[in-house]
Amino acid sequence: MKILVTGLITGILFGFLLQKARVLRYDKQLGALRLQDMTIVKFMLSTIIVGMIGINLLHDLDMISLSIKGTVLGANIIGGLIFGIGWGLLGYCPGTSLGALGEGRWDALWGILGMLVGAGLYAEAYPGLKKSVLTWGNLGKITLADVTGINHWIIIIVLGIGSLALFRWFEKKGL
Amino acid sequence: MKQNDQGSWNPYLAGSLTGIVSVLSVWVAGKYFGASTSFVRTAGMIEKLFAPERVEKMDYFIQKAPVIEWQWMFVVGIFVGALIAAFTSGSFRLQAVPDMWAAHFGAQTTGKRAVVAFIGGIILMFGARLAGGCPSGHGLSGTMQLSVSGYIALVCFFAGGLFVARQLYKGGANS
Repeated sequence: MKILVTGLITGILFGFLLQKARVLRYDKQLGALRLQDMTIVKFMLSTIIVGMIGINLLHDLDMISLSIKGTVLGANIIGGLIFGIGWGLLGYCPGTSLGALGEGRWDALWGILGMLVGAGLYAEAYPGLKKSVLTWGNLGKITLADVTGINHWIIIIVLGIGSLALFRWFEKKGL
Repeated sequence: MKQNDQGSWNPYLAGSLTGIVSVLSVWVAGKYFGASTSFVRTAGMIEKLFAPERVEKMDYFIQKAPVIEWQWMFVVGIFVGALIAAFTSGSFRLQAVPDMWAAHFGAQTTGKRAVVAFIGGIILMFGARLAGGCPSGHGLSGTMQLSVSGYIALVCFFAGGLFVARQLYKGGANS
């Protein structure tokens, strides 16, 4: 029961911040995909940098455990591209679709219904995919630090500086 | 084009706060953000109403049991949080067709928007499950942990989306 309550509260905080930053909207998502408005990229990268520092710090202090998803090149790449195609058509992602509905953009409802159908179809296709795409290029649960052999804090600093440079460029270009 | 939006928060600030929320979530509840698995569970719950024995035997629904858990409540929370934020800032608006869509395809295209959104939702969710996550699970939680799969998926999400957005908004009026 307690875990359900923490889930709800965390979701409310996330939804609140998503709405305040205006990143739930179709116009913002397609704005990014049309390279006209980088609001969602600014939001995502800010979240990632802060989260990256916090998660790695707490992990180094042995206070949390990581939950790394396995890298399967075939599945990650093909699935990722398919997701992108659907995302460009819908203009919301799974999490933001519920938030978009919350601020009254009810075209998100069609997307949510479609997503439920898509999830059902995936469950049907799963036995076949498990024997094919989901085995192509299975590299296991690897991180950028594992692959490069570089200390994770150096990677975090590089990614952080890269993001800040990108932010500066966005602001200069008025994106 | 971009317009001033009353009551909106700076995306860097809202993004950073979201980063803090995501770190706290891992620390307090041991849970990383994610959204697309909840759609699988919901699809399973709906299918179970019609064919309970069949759902029980399906591989994917055995792995992702059709039950309400942390992430399911998290996704419901996103709806609630966005609703609260939209109402308190006066930005709640019932809208059947997004502004950018209306500017390009016309305002009286509710049916066309519904079909495109529905199909987009199907494709997107199939891709998300194949990739092993969506912009929350891979894009935020994965990249924060420096997971290679997260970075591959995130790049592919945008690659697919950029391609479709370009096709969709090719020619005609530039909004």
